[in-house]
Amino acid sequence: MKIVLTAKGEDWDAQIDPRFGRADFLFMYDEEKDEFKTIDNTDIQNAAHGAGPQTAKKLFELAPDVLITGNGPGGNAAAVIEKANLSVFTGAQNMTLKEAYSAYKDGKLTAF
Amino acid sequence: MKIAVASGKGGTGKTTLSINLTNYISGMEDFPAAILADLDVEEPNSGLFIDGETIFKEEKYKYIPEWDSEKCTNCGLCDRVCNFNALLKMGKTVMVLPELCHSCYACSELCPAAALPMKPQRMGGLKEIQAPGFRFIESRLDIGQEQAVPLIAQSIEHIEKKYENKELVVIDSPPGTSCPVIEVAKNSDFIILVTEPTPFGLHDLSLAVDTMREINRDFAVVINRWGIGNDEVVKYCDDNNIEIIARLPNMRRIAEIYSEGKLIYPEVPEFKAELYKIAVFLKKKLEGTV
Repeated sequence: MKIVLTAKGEDWDAQIDPRFGRADFLFMYDEEKDEFKTIDNTDIQNAAHGAGPQTAKKLFELAPDVLITGNGPGGNAAAVIEKANLSVFTGAQNMTLKEAYSAYKDGKLTAF
Repeated sequence: MKIAVASGKGGTGKTTLSINLTNYISGMEDFPAAILADLDVEEPNSGLFIDGETIFKEEKYKYIPEWDSEKCTNCGLCDRVCNFNALLKMGKTVMVLPELCHSCYACSELCPAAALPMKPQRMGGLKEIQAPGFRFIESRLDIGQEQAVPLIAQSIEHIEKKYENKELVVIDSPPGTSCPVIEVAKNSDFIILVTEPTPFGLHDLSLAVDTMREINRDFAVVINRWGIGNDEVVKYCDDNNIEIIARLPNMRRIAEIYSEGKLIYPEVPEFKAELYKIAVFLKKKLEGTV
């Protein structure tokens, strides 16, 4: 499974970024290979319109199976994510990426 | 001539002033015919104070692109030219997000395969009501529509085509300092900024003043609820050479009359005296003497 988390930093101890569209980083963890990589999304701060769909597009290109975030995507982003056919889990705000991943594994996050 | 009644802060009395002023000047001699246009399309409320017959009704449409998968060559140009991220090329599909589209036509015009024809989408409606003494125009955005500007632009076009600028059009404007009020203000000849003499009123007034100066508009201030707060708004206007044309008094009776959906000036002489000052000021504007 490939899992993407919206993150404020680039390692497991970073905080979850509760925002989807304007998340600083997309942190992708590949469970099979036990590897992670990060995608810098900070340029999205310059977008006045449509940050959500733009981030969703980046997510679509990563083609993950699962997205873990805080507040959940807004309407436009959700419409794009729907095309990507992945499971979205919310409620991971105030957690580190490590904590959010174990919360997901323990079934403690909310399915969007 | 179009007069926009605007404010930085919401709830300062734009509708109170618009509706009372229009009624008042429509009863004055040697004044052009008055029209009231409620272009606060997201929540028009002037109509609550108006009783009359609907004489004209029109649905309003905006145009958004529709993706033709047969014609599309997947070049991705539409995605790159869209300033609003309303088109996304995702793999072999192009996704249109109508809520983000500003109907600029760039994608549609530039598409080399003509795969993005513009299609109409209903965004709201405009109606005209004959009120006693004046014509009332109301534009209302449909629930779920996110963009006020296209409807405001079309409504102003409607007014300009139909009325040729001979009348005095009072526009009840959207609040704030963002795109909707700018669309109204940039198409108006003069702007009345309504504020209240409080720190909050001053803060938002100064934003509205900066906005009007940025777009080079001629404006003056009306202070509503005069008597509360402090002198900071007056001081600010003096320091910045802004004319205060009237001070509408703060009275419990005014709030009571408003809550009953009635006009204020017939019952409150202090209020009527201030409307007179605004009418005199507008008369001078019309004659070009101020």
